[in-house]
Amino acid sequence: MPDRKRPKLAVWKFSSCDGCQLSLLDCELELLAVSEAVEIAYFLEATRKVVKGPYDISLVEGSITTPHDVEAIRHVRRQSRKLITIGACATAGGIQALRNFKDVKDFIDLVYAHPEYIDTLDRSSAVSEHVRVDFELRGCPINKHQLLEVLNASLNGRRPNVHPHAECVECKMRGNVCVTVAKSEPCLGPVVHAGCGGLCPSVGRGCFGCFGPMETPNTVAMAAKLAEMGLDGRDIQRRFRGFNAYADAFRRESEVHGG
Amino acid sequence: MRASIGDKVIFTHAELDRLIALLWGDGIPVVGPKVADGAVVYEPLGGIGEMPWGWSDESGPGHYRLVAGEDGALFGYSLGAQGWKRHLYPPRQNLFRAERAGRGFRILRSVGDDASPPMAFLGVRACELTAIGVLDRVFSQEGFEEPGYRSRRGKVIIIAVECARAVGTCFCASAGGGPAVDGRFDIKLNEIVEDGGHVFLAVAGSDTGAALLSRLSVVPASDAQIIIAAAQPVEAARQQSRRMDAEAPGILERSLESPHWDDVAGRCLTCGNCTMVCPTCFCTTVEDVTDLSGNHAERWRLWDSCFTIDYSHIAGGALRQKASSRYRQWLTHKLSTWHRQFGMSGCVGCGRCIAWCPVGIDITREIESLRKAGGSDGTD
Repeated sequence: MPDRKRPKLAVWKFSSCDGCQLSLLDCELELLAVSEAVEIAYFLEATRKVVKGPYDISLVEGSITTPHDVEAIRHVRRQSRKLITIGACATAGGIQALRNFKDVKDFIDLVYAHPEYIDTLDRSSAVSEHVRVDFELRGCPINKHQLLEVLNASLNGRRPNVHPHAECVECKMRGNVCVTVAKSEPCLGPVVHAGCGGLCPSVGRGCFGCFGPMETPNTVAMAAKLAEMGLDGRDIQRRFRGFNAYADAFRRESEVHGG
Repeated sequence: MRASIGDKVIFTHAELDRLIALLWGDGIPVVGPKVADGAVVYEPLGGIGEMPWGWSDESGPGHYRLVAGEDGALFGYSLGAQGWKRHLYPPRQNLFRAERAGRGFRILRSVGDDASPPMAFLGVRACELTAIGVLDRVFSQEGFEEPGYRSRRGKVIIIAVECARAVGTCFCASAGGGPAVDGRFDIKLNEIVEDGGHVFLAVAGSDTGAALLSRLSVVPASDAQIIIAAAQPVEAARQQSRRMDAEAPGILERSLESPHWDDVAGRCLTCGNCTMVCPTCFCTTVEDVTDLSGNHAERWRLWDSCFTIDYSHIAGGALRQKASSRYRQWLTHKLSTWHRQFGMSGCVGCGRCIAWCPVGIDITREIESLRKAGGSDGTD
């Protein structure tokens, strides 16, 4: 590493499945280069060795679901020069935000033997609702190549090459045949943020929106198309209520449908 | 038999297989139609056994299906899902690599140095050949030559196939892109399947084409075969129910403030599919990537679309925030301002943007609506 102090990297976990953090470990060959480029200062999933803050880059996984989380994320923000959220939980509340559509107390009584021990917020929310976020990386899970790109761009002081346009662009660049047009397969691709590389359509499946809403999602036209393909209100609502159910555009569209 | 440019000769489908093998034998990869994922796609092709033998297709707005053909034709389908653009102008192209050198950087390799391999395109339709002509014009503008495209294009052998039928989304006859094959081809084919016979009527359009035909077993075409071949594009034109209004450039010029753009924007997903499948849409973005050390960098060119926000992003923000302005940009450029920029239309009438639009937006109908909404010049 030429004449550059190694920046300190921290990886934090909130309410999440750990899959996005694992994407960093999943970098395998590139992981060595990452560990040379940065000092891994806090990453409990990888090592119990903890280097005290402040940190140059914090990667934050998970949504904010408890009063403790609210305090903790503020603490993370204070210690971080750059805070990057990774994954659907941190950027949109995650699959656990499905509870936001109901009264959480009802779930607590059903799920826990001793509900009195549970101290939770009404909603599972994105990190950006609580603190300033420098960059949001989407996906459930995130794409490891995009994660490397964001880290790389941060280290080199450039803008990450992460495209907010529709998944369809990636799909077409890959040469996929459109599953909606050629097979009448419901696919959310036209309203979904690119990033996965077109995984599901590449195997003949419709996109179910792991990367959340694209930059200008016309969810009304998308829902009309799904209805035309035979989906009823409940099906349409479910399409929008996946890992990114509480991302604004998907939440609003889902609330129009039901039944 | 020696074939010269313009001679009409006949060969069997087995000879077509031999033509493919001869090309590969000459070190020229053949790209042609195959069936994949429920559609015809243009991919490297080893022989006629891999072709969509017996397949046909149907298409409408937002709709495409492969269906069983009525005869055992190899070219019984109309068009591939994507055109030849991805082979001539790939979705991702490396422009150069560079490494840090002192306070600056040194370019290690640039696209102009790249010796791209030759290719043979088998099954180029009239509209597609016209579209390649449009790209030739775009990428050979003086001062704006595109070395990567020109390098690939210069080595492409084009084996065109004239259409004998049209599908629902075809409108090349009114757009001027076809269906008769016109323009620079090396070999033009008409497939003739009747009375149990399966032959190709071939014409060489270049010395390369003539030399290839001369290596095949061919016989002169009969008058009857020449008549059958000549009738094919006439029939393909007759079957077209969609048409592009010849007044489209003027209609669009008068429609800049039309309320109809908001109507389209209500339906448009701004997904960019139309621009991706359009055989003449050539817009790209440029990205720089670095390695983690920052000592190595690469510049890449990627397909882009005027339907993305980044596309119109300049200092201060994106110019075309609204879907209506992005759709207007696309349609107006394609059908109107393209004439001023390149002296031709940007639309060849292939209909891919209609078929592969997930919500079936139909540019011929949008032009009709714009005319009715006030884009007419008042003379009718």
